[in-house]
Amino acid sequence: MLFRPRRRDGLPGLSRSIAFTLVWIGLIVMLPLAALVLRPWQDGSGAVLRALHDTRMYAALRVSFGCAALAALVDVPLGLLLAWALVRARLPGRRAVDALIDLPFALPTAVTGITLATLYGPTGWIGAPLARAGIRVAYTPAGIVVALMFVGLPFIVRAVEPVLRGLPPELEEAGVLLGASPMQNFRRVVLPPLLPPLVAGFGLAFARCIGEYGSVIFIAGNQPFRSEIAPLLIVVRLQEYDYDGATAIALILLLSALACMTGVAALRRRVSRGLVARGAA
Amino acid sequence: MSVQIQSLTRHAPKASRRLLDDVSLTVEDGAFVALVGPSGAGKTTLLRTIAGLDGPYEGSVLVDGQALAGRPMRERRIGFVFQNYALFRHMTVARNISFGLDVLPRRARPDRAAIAARVAELLELIQLPALGGAYPDQLSGGQRQRVALARALATKPGLLLLDEPFGALDPIVRRQIRRWLRGLHDQLGLTTILVTHDHEEALEVADRLVVMQDGRIVQDAAAEMLDVAPATPFVMEFLGEALEFAGRIAHGRFEPDDQDVLSFPAGAGEGPATAFLRPHETRLVAGGGAARATPLAGGRGGLRRVEVALGARVVEILVPPERLDLIGAGGLGLEIGRARLFRDGVPLTGAPPAANGRERARVAAG
Repeated sequence: MLFRPRRRDGLPGLSRSIAFTLVWIGLIVMLPLAALVLRPWQDGSGAVLRALHDTRMYAALRVSFGCAALAALVDVPLGLLLAWALVRARLPGRRAVDALIDLPFALPTAVTGITLATLYGPTGWIGAPLARAGIRVAYTPAGIVVALMFVGLPFIVRAVEPVLRGLPPELEEAGVLLGASPMQNFRRVVLPPLLPPLVAGFGLAFARCIGEYGSVIFIAGNQPFRSEIAPLLIVVRLQEYDYDGATAIALILLLSALACMTGVAALRRRVSRGLVARGAA
Repeated sequence: MSVQIQSLTRHAPKASRRLLDDVSLTVEDGAFVALVGPSGAGKTTLLRTIAGLDGPYEGSVLVDGQALAGRPMRERRIGFVFQNYALFRHMTVARNISFGLDVLPRRARPDRAAIAARVAELLELIQLPALGGAYPDQLSGGQRQRVALARALATKPGLLLLDEPFGALDPIVRRQIRRWLRGLHDQLGLTTILVTHDHEEALEVADRLVVMQDGRIVQDAAAEMLDVAPATPFVMEFLGEALEFAGRIAHGRFEPDDQDVLSFPAGAGEGPATAFLRPHETRLVAGGGAARATPLAGGRGGLRRVEVALGARVVEILVPPERLDLIGAGGLGLEIGRARLFRDGVPLTGAPPAANGRERARVAAG
């Protein structure tokens, strides 16, 4: 047998479940991905080679990955603060905020994009005062980051919240009793156990932001080489009936994302030392 | 370090219920005191208040004659061990132990070599010299407990506060660690306050027991005095199996209400009273009445458990097996002359109740 379940495993029929899971993962995930990997080479290697020499694509990838990383990074402290407020502070309206956090998941991304573009536009509620201060957000890479922050924030909050809730209050008390200042207590006692969920949340937000399309294109301005994201470039290629070009960009996007995610996973394992039982990590 | 607590009262948040109700307690320098009582009695609350962990209270808590409020933690010299140990899981055992030293401001902090030496010394003390590089999750319960203790001891506290430190350990490890802890207390010259719900544990390790109930101190006495002169029926029952006999005192004798229970001389004033004694303190007297004895399975300390039918009531007592053969099974009387007498929850020992529990215990024993 390929999978030998541990004796007395809690789940009944473990090996059968694993077999089913693998089949479904194959059909739903691996098959389309395999198609994506194979498609660009269908008409010879020309399309891929052409794509690899396309500076516009590299610019778009830079914008996509750069903005996604920046947005996810800025979301980390914001998400931590939000989760902290939800778990620790007994604020009025806490439940309402709790429900609102998931809203970016439910909102059609185009609605998000149009709303943000209106708000941050030169005449918008936020855009107008910013414009007077000489800051332009809408139709620049900054606008992309704002849109991606909105989309990515729930991932951080929802990843950190349960871990923060599960931290025994005695940990902080022990820190205080051993003479740690509030800052030392936060940095040495509270933050390290929160790092794995923070990194995991960052990874989820980052991955989502790389592929994000709808909310970005309305606020980005979409100038090639400046504020054009890779998913948009794929759509542009499709509209030009350049299917080989589109899938070639998609393939490169996929491989880059895979590399980034591997990096995030490695970082998460690093910060999990001691927090996860050996062998399970 | 000594601790003086005077009329300490703490209320539950947003409720009028009192967690601690007018608690006064003095712990001398070098004493090993156990706070015992059922759960919800306020033991942990009292311990946390001494440590300065919990919010506002009325009354005063002085350590070495000084109030702790407002003084930085590291000057308080208090070591605290939590019930769940609260070890830092992301740090190795060595880093956990050195935490109290690592967070010192640079001018007060020993250099790296001195900290490493102190950690090695403590690892030796807790008999885990090879485990400095392990993470807490890799340790057993008893090992974690000792690491938590070493962490609390790293900054050389004078006062050690332990909250149910043996709760999660198996009986054999418990006994070992208990004995080891007592040795450590004597060796380092600590003042130790231990919270436990297990009176036997407290009796074994502490010099003095403070019995708490509903946020009050019911009795504060040397370990060996508690059983001799319990301050209330609750203390008597909390410290082990107890038999209760209602009755009244008349003509200088306690007359039990139950059939076949023998009266005995009592020096207190006339009126109703209740007698309490341990099952092994009773004695069966041949020809003393009409009680019947039926041996049961089990026993303790070489004594046999015996069921005695006293008319309408049945009690279980402990009897030496050879005595059972001697007296036969029928026509027995139950002798309870070693009982402690109470009236309205107050001991009737002939002596007036003293203000201080220890004083009272001494008077009763003398």
